[in-house]
Amino acid sequence: MSRALPTGARVGLVSCEACGLLSRPASPENPGSCPRCGEVLAFRRRDAIQRTWALVIAASILYLPANILPVMTTTTLRSTAADTILSGVLRLYATGSWVLALIVLVASVMIPLVKLAALAYLLVTVQRGSIRRMRERARLYRLLKAIGRWSMLDVFVATFVVALIQLRPLMSVTPGNGVLFFAAVVILTIFAADSFDPRLIWDSGGEERGGDD
Amino acid sequence: MASRSADIVACPDCDLVQRIPPLPPRGSARCPRCGRPLGADKPGSLDRTLALAVAALILLFLANVEPLMGLSAAGRETSTTILGGARTMWLQGEKVAAVLVALAVVVAPALEICFLLAILLAARRPPAPRWVGTLLRWTEISGVWSMLEVMLLGILVALVKIASLATVEPGIGFFAVGALVFLLAAISATFDPGEVWARVRWANGDGPWPPEGSGRTEAQR
Ligand SMILES: [Zn+2]
Ligand SMILES: [Zn+2]
Repeated sequence: MSRALPTGARVGLVSCEACGLLSRPASPENPGSCPRCGEVLAFRRRDAIQRTWALVIAASILYLPANILPVMTTTTLRSTAADTILSGVLRLYATGSWVLALIVLVASVMIPLVKLAALAYLLVTVQRGSIRRMRERARLYRLLKAIGRWSMLDVFVATFVVALIQLRPLMSVTPGNGVLFFAAVVILTIFAADSFDPRLIWDSGGEERGGDD
Repeated sequence: MASRSADIVACPDCDLVQRIPPLPPRGSARCPRCGRPLGADKPGSLDRTLALAVAALILLFLANVEPLMGLSAAGRETSTTILGGARTMWLQGEKVAAVLVALAVVVAPALEICFLLAILLAARRPPAPRWVGTLLRWTEISGVWSMLEVMLLGILVALVKIASLATVEPGIGFFAVGALVFLLAAISATFDPGEVWARVRWANGDGPWPPEGSGRTEAQR
């Protein structure tokens, strides 16, 4: 069996992104608003590819200072030590638990990197009209949306270490600008994943069979 | 079969038009093309979620007024609350991070829980007013930015980091956040937005379908 599957766009039905209602707009060029909730309707998110690229590129640029700049500086009577994310991970590994060190490494360093690389991969395959591994790419996109928030981890760690250790002149911790860039990377990658339209993954391949698990 | 349109959907992830079959008790449906979950039968969704949301509101209050953790070193003692953490970051010049922290663990969860309570109360007697639909959309957005579970892990890491410098212990706020994370997970497992949408008055005056306010599950029988 080989026939085009009935997608909303092919049969002239548009699905509301807010409430999920399927409706038939009077004119396909200008779908208007959802009859149930009033949300503006669109067959695909507007400029999804350009917007997502812009956010991915911006986040990739900010990812560098996020990892190079210190996230916190510890001052004691005798010494001052500035920690980046990575040196913080090493310190955690040396002084305490390697499990937590691994968690921070994955959340702060690897998740943003994986998220940016995977979004770029999704964008490139969509732009090429690839019809390979569509189900896996759809699953990858859902995974990206779920894990992105965990890169906020080190922002919270810095916040609470700084808030507690204010024992001047004995010992104090101040936040560094790495935190700022980290927060920016998290915000931009969340917006990037949101502006991508997963339906684009499927738009090039209409001839595949449905229902194969 | 009161409604022809309610169970025909286009998958939000791949746009495949399909009919969601009547679900068995506690059953769920997935898109055959891309695997996206498309709905689940959640018996008593609105009442159960209401009970959970009330409990969540109380815990949210505790989580914000009680200290998260306390520290003692060299005869001095300090403690911090969630907002105290954000405030210190602000005073130390990290204003963007401070605002983001306050947004992610105070404002977004508070909005999420309050919107949900308003929605659930208003949806009890259908047809529900149109603002319920607007709040449903805002609840979803608040959920994306609400990061209490990430903060919980962050506090744990901070406790380990500080343990090498001073004596620290978690406070009541920490346990309230832990319970709140658990409750929010239970809420997202129990809440069925589709059931609320089925009760909301339509923007163009056509609905809801079926008009007498019976839920979606009944419409399928
Ligand atoms: Zn709608
Ligand atoms: Zn699908």
